[in-house]
Amino acid sequence: MKKLRRKVYMTAGYNTISLGTGRREFNPKKTRPGIEHYISEAGKAVLEKIGGPDNVDESVIGNFIAARFNKQGHLDGFIPMIDKRLSMKPAVRVEGACASGGLSLVTGIRHILAETSEVVLSLGVEVQNTVKAIYGADILALAGWFRKRKQGHAYFFPGQFSDRAGAYYEKFGYERTRKGMARWYANAIENARLDPTAQEYHNTNPDPYGTALKMKPNGRSFVDHLSVLDCSKVSDAASGIAICSEEGLKRIGVEKKDAVEVIGFGHAVRDITSDPTDLTELETIKFAAYQAMENAGITIDQVGTIETHDCFSIAGILAVEALGLAAKGEGADYVAEGKTSRNGEMPMNTTGGLIGWGHPTGGTGVHQAVTIWQQLTGKANDAQIEIQGNRPYGLTINMGGDDVTVVSIVFKRG
Amino acid sequence: MTYEERLQNVSVLGAAGKMGSGILLLTAVEMADQSLKPENKDKTFVLNAIDVSPQGLSGLMNYLRGQVRKLAEKKTVWLRTMYADRDDLIENFDIIDEYIFHVLNIVRPSTVIEAAFRSNLVFEAIIENKDLKVKLLSQIRQNCSENTWFFTNTSSVPINLIESEAGLNGRILGFHFYNPPAVQKLVEMITTGNTKEDVKEFALAYAKNLRKVIVPSNDHAGFIGNGHFMRDALHGLQEAEALAADKDIPLYKAIYMINKITQDYLVRPMGIFQLIDYVGIDVVSFIMSVMNPYHEDEEIQHHLLDKMLEQGVKGGQYSSGDQKDGFLKYKGGKVFAVWDIHKQEYVELEKFKDECDEMLGDLPESNVAWKSTLRMKNKEEVLKAFFDDLKKLDTLGAKLAVKYGRRSKEIGEQLVNSKVARNIDDVNTVMLTGFFHAYGPVNNFFD
Repeated sequence: MKKLRRKVYMTAGYNTISLGTGRREFNPKKTRPGIEHYISEAGKAVLEKIGGPDNVDESVIGNFIAARFNKQGHLDGFIPMIDKRLSMKPAVRVEGACASGGLSLVTGIRHILAETSEVVLSLGVEVQNTVKAIYGADILALAGWFRKRKQGHAYFFPGQFSDRAGAYYEKFGYERTRKGMARWYANAIENARLDPTAQEYHNTNPDPYGTALKMKPNGRSFVDHLSVLDCSKVSDAASGIAICSEEGLKRIGVEKKDAVEVIGFGHAVRDITSDPTDLTELETIKFAAYQAMENAGITIDQVGTIETHDCFSIAGILAVEALGLAAKGEGADYVAEGKTSRNGEMPMNTTGGLIGWGHPTGGTGVHQAVTIWQQLTGKANDAQIEIQGNRPYGLTINMGGDDVTVVSIVFKRG
Repeated sequence: MTYEERLQNVSVLGAAGKMGSGILLLTAVEMADQSLKPENKDKTFVLNAIDVSPQGLSGLMNYLRGQVRKLAEKKTVWLRTMYADRDDLIENFDIIDEYIFHVLNIVRPSTVIEAAFRSNLVFEAIIENKDLKVKLLSQIRQNCSENTWFFTNTSSVPINLIESEAGLNGRILGFHFYNPPAVQKLVEMITTGNTKEDVKEFALAYAKNLRKVIVPSNDHAGFIGNGHFMRDALHGLQEAEALAADKDIPLYKAIYMINKITQDYLVRPMGIFQLIDYVGIDVVSFIMSVMNPYHEDEEIQHHLLDKMLEQGVKGGQYSSGDQKDGFLKYKGGKVFAVWDIHKQEYVELEKFKDECDEMLGDLPESNVAWKSTLRMKNKEEVLKAFFDDLKKLDTLGAKLAVKYGRRSKEIGEQLVNSKVARNIDDVNTVMLTGFFHAYGPVNNFFD
């Protein structure tokens, strides 16, 4: 991929809370805010930080499938609802399943690179608690090939990643893998407790590792190789961030140190109608992440923190291997040894990731960028980690479907 | 006749009632699940939902639709395998909808008894009136095959009386669900000296498929469940009256206090007056009147119940499942006021609650809420600590609670001594699984 022809920055990130089971304010029997609320809250918060809507040239909103969760299509039409001064400006909705948020980011980046905009408002949103999980599974299954839905599991995506976990157990050993997965869960919970917007912020379990290790997968009630703690939850949330050129930053009055620079990015798509070549490998993640690092001209040892797409704990472990942090079959040990924890060798998902912070499918990619922006600019409050000078880069990996669409971005403080 | 064959034509009498609708739901689902098995796919399963109320039957179908959906949502993994050959059913949505139709398609609502004449199995869940039960079952017996079996859900009438008066020699047993049948795990099974072995075997297999806990009871009016509950309720009524006289306070205050003691101090899901309201004051009074003639040395009736009924206050539930007002008045499922039997009006709790709570005294710090005991691993230990502290207290509340706990134990032991229950474990199982108590009545907590 060509080097970026001009500098691109992100700043003014904002996350709504991730609402769903686990949050004290969540009550499935009570009416909850609709998708309009989330778009509005995240949009307004970003606008406030960038000097208002007049500074925005265009907007992008990432969303997977409001058409079914909320019976609502045409989401770009909600952009001018955020503020009427966004009326008559360009807006577009992008979709790539759970990578929709990532697509919102790269679409904005491309607008800046194309010099059609200096400031892009990038949003990602999903409101999923409108249906019970058993029906939500149907909706999320549309991130796979519908022709395969019939033979798939009732909980389709947990079923897909359960197959991956099963293959991993068989090749590399059950016990060691479960230890890695339990540690992944514990890290997610411990990190989420440091971020007031996280879905697991209120989690008080004194021993999340022990709980996860003890909970054995049960195929009769769920899927064969994953327990519910290996899965991200059902979430309602939106995130927003401003994507700017240097000129754009000046226009909104934000200093470079309060922004992150996009050093490089990768974006790759695998054929949705074909099965993964190897269940124990995330080939598209590997491709896109290396593409991003190559584009940025860096290697993984220069990366100080990573936000990766852990829709399932096994996806976190496989990402560790895809990034070359551990050899194939050793990702589980790498995690089990605490190397991905916030004080470890490579802090990952420092505000909880998808399992801890939440997974509002179409919003996740933007949330990852917000977390990296917070960490690299020192705005992560209680969740702040130390970014070392020799490893100043942050990396995001946002995946749609079963390793089908992947967006990966390398950031550095501006 | 195999298990499946017997289930191919079943009738439920009183299907729109509180118990009947639950029995109908569980049976319809069991029949549908049998019919989904590959070997049964060509067989027809029919469940006649018989009730005198057309309106009730209409409500029943609505109830079924909602309940079957909930059940289907919990077993979609299994349903997907059962519908694997149906290419048109792809999403969980499709599969759950098909299953709901499948279950409802088995049910035939009817207001005429003739619908039951071709059934292999008849569930009787009509009101607690022995003569009416006998009349209907006799009528079916005269028109159905000799292979038809009868299950009665009576909670109080001795089965042998129904058996002999309806001429059902060996073909009937008591199969007593607890309210609500779809939730409560317990079924009391009552056989007579004549009940045929294969009727019992079928009943056990059916209960197992419904994932029910069977406790056998001897054929004494009231059996184990009501044998305990009615006497426990009598104790509550007597204690309330005695407390009112002793402290010279209005009865409604005493009712509030005894209700609080039975719930908060005895760690039960609801207080005794709330439970009477839940079952229905009329139903409780009726069950007592059925039981009373069979217990010469005891007086199983209470004038307060009669008085409430005279005043038109009956408790029970609406078809929606919401609680009707009885001794207590409810708002959003919570107790809000208490009936003043003298002035014939409800008195709001906030007007007298604090004064009564003060009379009862504070609960010890080790007190535990019933709900929190549900998943407690060291429940026995926690309860023991609380009850030990309670016994040491000199407050009115603690004294009444300990006395109540002891009486409850005495009733449990009496059921074993009079051979209604086989043993103490059966009594405790009934109260744990049928009444959702946190601990069995026969224990050492209050000794």
